[in-house]
Amino acid sequence: MKQTEIASPRTARRSFCGALALMPLAARAQLRVEITGVGSQQFPIAVAPFAVEGGAPQEIDAIVRADLARSGLFRIVDAGTQPIADTASVNLADWKTRGANALVIGGVRRLADGRYDVRFRLLDTVQQAQLDGLSYATPATDLRLTAHRIADRIYEKLTGERGVFATRIAYVVQTSRASWELHIADADGANPQAALRSREPIISPAWSPDGGRLAYVSFETGKPVVYVHTITTGERKAVANFRGSNSAPAWSPDGRTLAVTLTREGNSQVFLMNADGSNVRRITQTTGIDTEPVFSPDGQWIYFTSDRGGGPQIYKMPAAGGNAQRVTFNGDYNISPRLSPDGKLLAYVGRRSGRFQVMLLDLAGGQEIPVTDTTRDESPSFAPNGRLLLYATEVGGRGILASASVDGRVRTRLTGPSGDIREPTWGPFIK
Amino acid sequence: MIQLRKFARSAAAAAAVFVLVAGCSSVKLDEQSPAPITDATAGAGGTKTDPRAVAPVTAASTQAVDPFTDPANPLSKKSVFFDFDSFVVKTEFQPLVEAHGKYLASNSGRRVTVEGHTDERGGREYNLALGQKRAEAVKQRLMLMGARDAQVETVSFGKEKPRATGSTEEAWAQNRRADIVYK
Repeated sequence: MKQTEIASPRTARRSFCGALALMPLAARAQLRVEITGVGSQQFPIAVAPFAVEGGAPQEIDAIVRADLARSGLFRIVDAGTQPIADTASVNLADWKTRGANALVIGGVRRLADGRYDVRFRLLDTVQQAQLDGLSYATPATDLRLTAHRIADRIYEKLTGERGVFATRIAYVVQTSRASWELHIADADGANPQAALRSREPIISPAWSPDGGRLAYVSFETGKPVVYVHTITTGERKAVANFRGSNSAPAWSPDGRTLAVTLTREGNSQVFLMNADGSNVRRITQTTGIDTEPVFSPDGQWIYFTSDRGGGPQIYKMPAAGGNAQRVTFNGDYNISPRLSPDGKLLAYVGRRSGRFQVMLLDLAGGQEIPVTDTTRDESPSFAPNGRLLLYATEVGGRGILASASVDGRVRTRLTGPSGDIREPTWGPFIK
Repeated sequence: MIQLRKFARSAAAAAAVFVLVAGCSSVKLDEQSPAPITDATAGAGGTKTDPRAVAPVTAASTQAVDPFTDPANPLSKKSVFFDFDSFVVKTEFQPLVEAHGKYLASNSGRRVTVEGHTDERGGREYNLALGQKRAEAVKQRLMLMGARDAQVETVSFGKEKPRATGSTEEAWAQNRRADIVYK
């Protein structure tokens, strides 16, 4: 996909910007979108319908709007139904009056070679200035991706953080009593592709840090075995196929080590191995359950679920081995730990009064907040920018995917294929 | 001896002729002596048994009843059920597990997999570990009765392969179990 900057047209520049115009952009961005919790302001933005020439198979502006809304940081101001081309002259003061602090306009034009020229401009209605402008030459199959990239640009310009809309997710869908599929889809759940189909269960997919491989548990041989699967080639290898059950793979941040749960010495215990399955060594030493290992982003700690204190709770231990410390103390059932990319927040599933809910724990302050209002949540995972959580829950007896902003304010049900969906995991940024 | 040899030789020759004749497909019927015609009416000949009659006989079994299918034998039962969040083999299932343990002890060539299962509540990986703990609890009892470690592999399906579907206590109770599966 070719990407070109487009210069700010004169029509979008106004000269009466006032004192605020002297403020550096980064400081303004901080002012606008810093979210501190429930009740804080969302940034109001309008995304006008893009002007389309010659038809387009995807509604770019609708995808951009949905992405921004799902992030929880933006409030979408109604932009009406009248398309506004990227070349149009716009009265930005009017849009400010309508409540939008930023306006996105753009166009889609079919090129002679069959590709599409997608253009957008991000305009600041307060400063009356263009913040960004790009054009993308895009094959028809990549139009959704282009829309996600535009949303990422807008997100980054306005928040100073990287957007995650062009990243991918993986999840498992059970399509019938004896049919499971491992899917890779866009971050909004659209465009799903099956990486693996099986007549036996698949659970616990985990992205390699470079986004090229998935480790997961497949029961295709009649018991749980851990595989590493290269996504582009379909090449796969059983890396943990020991006597007993093999499960819960997790990658170290450098992609060289896998933590897994093995039962070859009795009950479920955490082991480390090289990513090719060699050099297996046990790191937990209890007679009960130690499972669901996950590395901290700095690679120094392993968080895991253990029943050593009775019910399941989350503990952490040095990745190099050593004593475990208990991390969760509320309730009698806390499982499936996942750390935010900055290592400051812990997401997990807690059982409270019989309800299984995604919880967030501020590791420094010890404050725990429920993120969802559903009762059968599973498998939380952080977006690579740490702003959103992806998780599975159940609606009407069927598994679905949902995302929530980490302040718990915005929750969105993701689109997905028909079937019982579970085990979502958010992929990394791709360099 | 000479006469015998002569006879053998002429018999062999006759046989050779017969083979030649039999091998020929164009022998005229009137060159053969006609076959006698017998009465084919059933019961003809009076006292003779009907050659096509079938007398049904039930064989008395000389083999032992298969212990794995005889409902009276505890070996016919292979599922051990558990309470919620528990991996304790309840008293009512101990005779079943002990019977399999004794069988394995005296049949050292047999191998089993004990497959642990859980109900649908809770996380998939934690349930996998819980199912494993159930399978391990059954294995420990099998080994107490003399089964060897190498005869028993324990695996778990967690909540992935429920026997009963639905979110009722009955379905959950069916799914909280360990199955002894002979290989």
